[in-house]
Amino acid sequence: MARFPFSAIVGQDEMKQALLIAAVDPSIGGVMVFGDRGTGKSTAARALAGLLPPIMAADGCPYGASKEDQARYPDVCGQGKLVKRPVPFVDMPLGATEDRVIGSLDLERALRSGEKAFEPGLLAKAHRGFLYIDEINLLEDHLVDLLLDVAASGENVVEREGLSVRHPAKFVLIGSGNPEEGELRPQLLDRFGLSVEVRTPKDIETRIAIMKLVAENEADPEGFAARWAEADEAILKQVAKGKARLPKLVPGEDVLRDAAELCLAVGADGLRGELTLMRAARALAALEGAKKVTRKHLIAIAPSALRHRLRRDVLDETGSTTRITRAIAELFG
Amino acid sequence: MTPPEVADPLDDAVLAARLFLLAPGTFKGLTLRGSSPAREALVAALGEVLPLRRLPGHVDDERLLGGIDLAASLSAGRPIRQTGLIEEARGGALIAGMAERMDASIAGRLAQALDEGGTALVLLDDAAEPEEAPPASLTERLAFLCDLSASRRWQGVALEEAGGRLAAVRPLGEEDLRALAATAEALGVESLRALIVAAEAARGLAALEGRFETGKADLAGAVRLVLAPRATRLPPQDAEAPPPEEPPPPGGERDDPTDSDRQQQEPDLSEILVEAAKAAIPAGLLEQLAQGKAPRRSSSSGTGQKRKAATRGKPLGARPGMPRGGHKLALIDSLRAAVPWQAVRRRENGADADAPIIMRKEDLRIRRFEERAARVTIFAVDASGSAAAARLAEAKGAVELMLAQAYVTRSEVALVAFRGTSAELLLPPTRSLTRARRTLAELPGGGGTPLALGLNAAREVAEAVIAKGRSAALVILTDGRANIAADGSPGRPQAAKDAETAARAIAARQIDSLVVDISARPGPEGAALAAALGGRFLALPRADARMLKQAIDAVQAPPSQGARAA
Repeated sequence: MARFPFSAIVGQDEMKQALLIAAVDPSIGGVMVFGDRGTGKSTAARALAGLLPPIMAADGCPYGASKEDQARYPDVCGQGKLVKRPVPFVDMPLGATEDRVIGSLDLERALRSGEKAFEPGLLAKAHRGFLYIDEINLLEDHLVDLLLDVAASGENVVEREGLSVRHPAKFVLIGSGNPEEGELRPQLLDRFGLSVEVRTPKDIETRIAIMKLVAENEADPEGFAARWAEADEAILKQVAKGKARLPKLVPGEDVLRDAAELCLAVGADGLRGELTLMRAARALAALEGAKKVTRKHLIAIAPSALRHRLRRDVLDETGSTTRITRAIAELFG
Repeated sequence: MTPPEVADPLDDAVLAARLFLLAPGTFKGLTLRGSSPAREALVAALGEVLPLRRLPGHVDDERLLGGIDLAASLSAGRPIRQTGLIEEARGGALIAGMAERMDASIAGRLAQALDEGGTALVLLDDAAEPEEAPPASLTERLAFLCDLSASRRWQGVALEEAGGRLAAVRPLGEEDLRALAATAEALGVESLRALIVAAEAARGLAALEGRFETGKADLAGAVRLVLAPRATRLPPQDAEAPPPEEPPPPGGERDDPTDSDRQQQEPDLSEILVEAAKAAIPAGLLEQLAQGKAPRRSSSSGTGQKRKAATRGKPLGARPGMPRGGHKLALIDSLRAAVPWQAVRRRENGADADAPIIMRKEDLRIRRFEERAARVTIFAVDASGSAAAARLAEAKGAVELMLAQAYVTRSEVALVAFRGTSAELLLPPTRSLTRARRTLAELPGGGGTPLALGLNAAREVAEAVIAKGRSAALVILTDGRANIAADGSPGRPQAAKDAETAARAIAARQIDSLVVDISARPGPEGAALAAALGGRFLALPRADARMLKQAIDAVQAPPSQGARAA
């Protein structure tokens, strides 16, 4: 079935903005989407896959190696010619086994020819692309552990079943989940560059508009996709332009100072918050085609970049978002 | 002069890394706490000068220690060994991310390898809660522990080469050793290993600068890098020093005596060292120590019970057995078990060399998984009468505090409230703070005390939990004065009788229980209820949510930690 077009998703602007920013600058480190069921979390994440400019990757390489990968991992990435391929988007099921995620010994080849071959797993597939985990808060602990390890180091190291394999695994992690069904480990939460909260639209008109669109899509998926293709194409171009513009944007001293002051004011621990805030503001500026990064970009992205990094006092029920908007109002008027 | 730079934890970590590089065999490695850009930079710098082999958490014994190379053995028809990761990493270091999650069996192997020599280890500790820590068997053996979570720097990390060699530096003199030992004693560092390493670190600091003699600064540095992070108590004379939030002690002339001391005589060497240590004891630890608490425990305690599972959870080593009754065949392990016997079996069977692999029943291995059984704490809260509001508020606070750590302890919480003529399951077992907060936002209170109904409802929740293979514990907040019987009719005698029957039913199912009475004047009824439950009783007048949670934690600690319901 054709994917639901990204541009046809009604509302949920913060989530869409965060996903596009992650597409422009993967180094920001992924997006966590919190929210109820049926708010379009999975739809948006999956729709994103259709929106990304293709990458150049080694022909036939299971890791989709880039030129740099080929230099760094000559034994696993080979010397194949670079060809265009779509950005990988891997949907990791909750019940995935460890073998399936990290890869395993190719048993058939081992038995048939005594050859010790590695059968790449989902992490290999997701290299240079997106790894989407729905209900990530319900993911089993040992899988969370290995995801964290790989996300932190950018490579997957397999040392078992007699295998000793190291391959690149850099991906943008996209998680979604409902906090009512379980909290996320703070270490995992910290790995996400941005986090957004989505709610079901309460406005009747919006709800009706969504139902109409979904019905249209179900009646004629191809035609529906075709009708939205132009709008999706425009977003794809915007992302590609943003990517190209990104290296040219250098946030000025004033923006850096704003970022530091804001982090201090809301009590976001660690340097990672500041760095993410700065990168996200820059990516947003790039996405909007701005000439320079300004305070406006910073303020627009601050809730997403900081909301999950606040030191939490369990008995204080003030929401993170409220704390951030209050700090912004106090600092920047 | 340049303006005085604020000391960044990264500086000491770089120093520790240089010492480690100077003599990897002596110092064995470092533990780097706190995921931060600084740590990433330091690890990258280490990787420039030393081969680092990453040790994934899912490494198996065959790869760690070396074992049969399955593929090669299958094609050769005889066992072919391969080297393990520990051996391959000799001359460099193994680096383990998420060390706080490391399996005890892997830690055991590594500890052994560290003791044998030739192996060095870098542990990256991302613990977020006091309950989490890397295996103590490893942190104890690694010389240095650096906390980089608060570091504000990440640029320009370089590990300069040492000016001299460790062996060229003279051993420490009698007086220096004595001072180091006294400092260790003052900080409550009991391990001799730490003391020996501290002495070597002092020599190492001299060697880094190409000197042959150690000086006071080297000793102070060694104390800062090796002893301070291991402190388990504050130095005695400092124990009375006020924690920041307390008012200053009477007198207020604390500076004077030290000043006059200084004029009279040079301070004792061990005093200087203790001062050096004090400045370096991590802030969090200082707070913990000031409260008289033990420093972080290793990760094994306080978490849900581990149990072996057949189908899900973290994979454990395979074991011989038949793949039935829900057990899955561990194909690779089964093959590995069969390989060594192939030559013999072929001879026995008269098969030729091309014959497929000959498997026997005894080769079969089954997979095992480990699943942490969540512990569910069920609060049964007496919402009757005038004390209802206070009890409910504190219970809610305790629920929230417990859930805030739920991802560490894997515990879940449920809440039953009873008042009037009914008991109601307000919060079904959950791990979600968000959900608890929403459900418990407005708790109704007042009315009679149907204790029996409350106990029965709590027991039903507990039974459902146990039926799912998890463990349940009850925390009952009440003064124990029942006045509504199980059938909803008023009357103290019948109510008390029914409550006792309900309590005995819980005792019969051997469910751990704790009765907490937070009323201002606890009567005998609460204790009597606890006795009928076969549980414990705590009278906590004026308890708040935090005290309540601490009390529950203390009671629920595993038997090795002391308290356990009789």
